[in-house]
Amino acid sequence: MPDSLTRAVRWDTVVGALLVVVLLLSFTTVDGFGNALNLSFLIGNTLPIALIALPMTLLVVSGEIDLSVASTAGLSGAVMGALWNQGMAIETIIPLCLLLGVVCGLVNGLLVTRLGLPSLAVTIGTLAAYRGIAQIVLGSDAVTDFPSAYLDFAAGRIGDTFLPYAFLPFLVLLAIAVVALHATPFGRSLFAIGAGEEAARFAGIRVKRQKLILFTVTGLMSALTGVFWALHYASARYDNATGLELSVVAAVLLGGIDFDGGKGTLGGAVAGVFLLGALQNVMSLKDVSAQSQIVVTGVLLVLSVLGPRVARQIAVARAGRKAATAPDAKTPAPTS
Amino acid sequence: MTHPSDTGPAPVLALKGISKSFGAVRALRDVSLELFPGEVHALAGENGAGKSTLIKTLAGVHRPDAGQVLLDGEPVVFHGPGDARDAGIAVIYQEPTLFPDLSIAENIFMGRRPRRALRRIDHKATHDATAALMRRLGVELDPDRPARGLSIADQQIVEIAKALSFDARVLIMDEPTAALTNSEVARLFGVVRALRDQGAAVLFISHRLEEIFEICRRVTTLRDGAWIASEPLDGMTEDDLVRRMVGRDLAELYPKQDVTPGEVALSVRRLTREGVFTDVSFDVRRGEIVGLAGLVGAGRTEVARAVFGVDRWDAGEVEVDGRKLTNGAPSTAMAAGLALVPEDRRAQGLVMDMSIERNIGLTGLGTTVKAGLMDRGAERSRSLDWAVKLRVKYARIADTVNTLSGGNQQKVVLAKWLATGPKVLIVDEPTRGIDVGTKAEVHRLLSQLAADGVAVLMISSDLPEILGMADRVLVMHEGRLTAEIPRTDATEETVMAAATGRVA
Ligand SMILES: Nc1ncnc2c1ncn2[C@@H]1O[C@H](COP(=O)(O)OP(=O)(O)OP(=O)(O)O)[C@@H](O)[C@H]1O
Ligand SMILES: [Mg+2]
Repeated sequence: MPDSLTRAVRWDTVVGALLVVVLLLSFTTVDGFGNALNLSFLIGNTLPIALIALPMTLLVVSGEIDLSVASTAGLSGAVMGALWNQGMAIETIIPLCLLLGVVCGLVNGLLVTRLGLPSLAVTIGTLAAYRGIAQIVLGSDAVTDFPSAYLDFAAGRIGDTFLPYAFLPFLVLLAIAVVALHATPFGRSLFAIGAGEEAARFAGIRVKRQKLILFTVTGLMSALTGVFWALHYASARYDNATGLELSVVAAVLLGGIDFDGGKGTLGGAVAGVFLLGALQNVMSLKDVSAQSQIVVTGVLLVLSVLGPRVARQIAVARAGRKAATAPDAKTPAPTS
Repeated sequence: MTHPSDTGPAPVLALKGISKSFGAVRALRDVSLELFPGEVHALAGENGAGKSTLIKTLAGVHRPDAGQVLLDGEPVVFHGPGDARDAGIAVIYQEPTLFPDLSIAENIFMGRRPRRALRRIDHKATHDATAALMRRLGVELDPDRPARGLSIADQQIVEIAKALSFDARVLIMDEPTAALTNSEVARLFGVVRALRDQGAAVLFISHRLEEIFEICRRVTTLRDGAWIASEPLDGMTEDDLVRRMVGRDLAELYPKQDVTPGEVALSVRRLTREGVFTDVSFDVRRGEIVGLAGLVGAGRTEVARAVFGVDRWDAGEVEVDGRKLTNGAPSTAMAAGLALVPEDRRAQGLVMDMSIERNIGLTGLGTTVKAGLMDRGAERSRSLDWAVKLRVKYARIADTVNTLSGGNQQKVVLAKWLATGPKVLIVDEPTRGIDVGTKAEVHRLLSQLAADGVAVLMISSDLPEILGMADRVLVMHEGRLTAEIPRTDATEETVMAAATGRVA
């Protein structure tokens, strides 16, 4: 499809606009939404989703997925709690947790690239495994007595503004991710891999290496999120961040990252993340139960897979080009 | 338009005043065509002239913007390829569209497999019917093997077998021979003649003009979507036909320059991939064009893939400019100056959903970079430069490659690899689906590259192309190199003899 046509109805713009609408509506109609404290809660509670959504976006663009992210976060939090109970210094614990995340990501990546297993299956497996290890490590303890400087940083906000301290490092990571995906040869190769892996290989792109890097970075970011989670909520438990993978995947797809790979922008993904975060915040303010919130997330997930496709079809119909996609593009890919 | 005679048979299929646009691109403008029973009719035109679009419109894949399709004189509207098939029209599309996970037999009898009592699918009947079709085409393909991994030529054979299995009254073939060698083409033509003699009407597209003259009685020519002429081929020469297609005279098709070969640039030693090819050794020198000939399935493509590194080899070694290549690593092969234009442009050559600009840009990810970031300006000018040099016909450089005609897609693949400035260029069917005008252009380009010191290894099933362009011809038969023939001794007979294993 020609660029201008897609640009006219780009899904990420749609989501961005939707985010603005939801925010405006919430400001005007939801009591207690607009004050700085609530907004800082909104952002702080959304940061775990946002942090993992960065590498997840890159993974999905390259045609893969990682469902073990929440378990990796939980494992990293559990190890953090256990080591803290042992009396280790927090300055040593945090790097160890991050290293653990790297290992978790490497395991996923090696299983996918060396054994050629589908990432969906591999990471459902490690989703269970990493959570299980977390429970073995920490049992049903809840570790809460981390140093207050760390707790304050993870939960506090800048003066009386709506910005949590932790938002600033996130902005830096976001900038790095945007540049990596949209402005480097590495990012370009991810789009090629997602849209046509074999052609990417024939163009000399090191497909397996790129994927291994992505899984590893995803593990690292998940572990970082686990550390942040434990400090932000002042509680390290084995079941921290349970189900977070659902929110991350929903947000990323909502942001217009094509589940089949090869399409999407980080801007869209981040808009999707904060749209989901805003909705969750409003639902909490309205006393919607946690279970119902999960239902809403699930529905969003389905809609977000459908939405971009419907938008594309409307675009095609409006331009009066019923055949804008080549007919043979609909038939199965040729064998090779 | 010509009508054989007023008393002659009525056309079985006719197109009247067909127009079709894709946005601003007017792919067909008021095109008419009549197909008579018992005739083989050629459809000729340059890349992007609208041939495939005409066929897809006829088969109900596209809905025409204007005009009518008449079957036995009655207007019909096909709502999809299924309708056309039910009406007795079998179509072989330009690009094979097999289901990779189904077997060859299942692909051929998709949705209409012989059933036994209680509606159970009769596997044996399917198998036997497929085997019979393969025998008719003179190829050895196991009906039960999955379509995944078939070469483009084999996929094309399966598509042909599928079309034949319908016993259609009208057979439409969009470049069925593009990847086939002489012997397969001869078999196909035998089958087509038999069908014709039974009264079928055949519409045939090929960029190999000699094939058109061999099998067709009349030809309809398109240029830029417009109907130019429908006329008997009797008394026409190839030059006449080319003039109809391009509107001017053509430069020489095989403009081979004489070059004194330099040092060895590509050296392949005792290369073996078990069960695929064995003990293959050869050199290609700077300035040389070496042809690699052989029948479909002889292992030519497989050797190229292993040399470039997309497949691993089991034994042997490959050197480019004296540097040993790593087994199974295309990126190091590229770094050493090797380029491979692969045979399957849709799966291997192009990312179909990406723009022309970015597809060509894919091989420049290491060079169009400034301070670690993509240099978009440099990427665009590199892509534009090569798209123009190869005369790719496109609306905008940012359009996705799946909006291009088959031949123009092929040109993008060539552009993508020539843009790397390779020292050693391996081309696998470089002109598959490319029209005569551009073919001459590609040959001129290859010849110029060789003259500039590039070593070229050319795999082609188009024997005249090999004979016209190669300094030396290597011939493979059943996974082994069986002959090396210098240009002066290379003839159709010597090459075919070695390719079919008739000489040691
Ligand atoms: N789905 C599509 N969307 C937009 N443009 C298209 C589409 N399909 C074909 N075209 C355009 O229509 C024109 C005719 O294309 P077509 O595929 O019919 O050419 P062709 O004669 O079959 O060429 P070739 O010999 O290269 O196969 C080309 O300019 C092509 O870019
Ligand atoms: Mg065509």
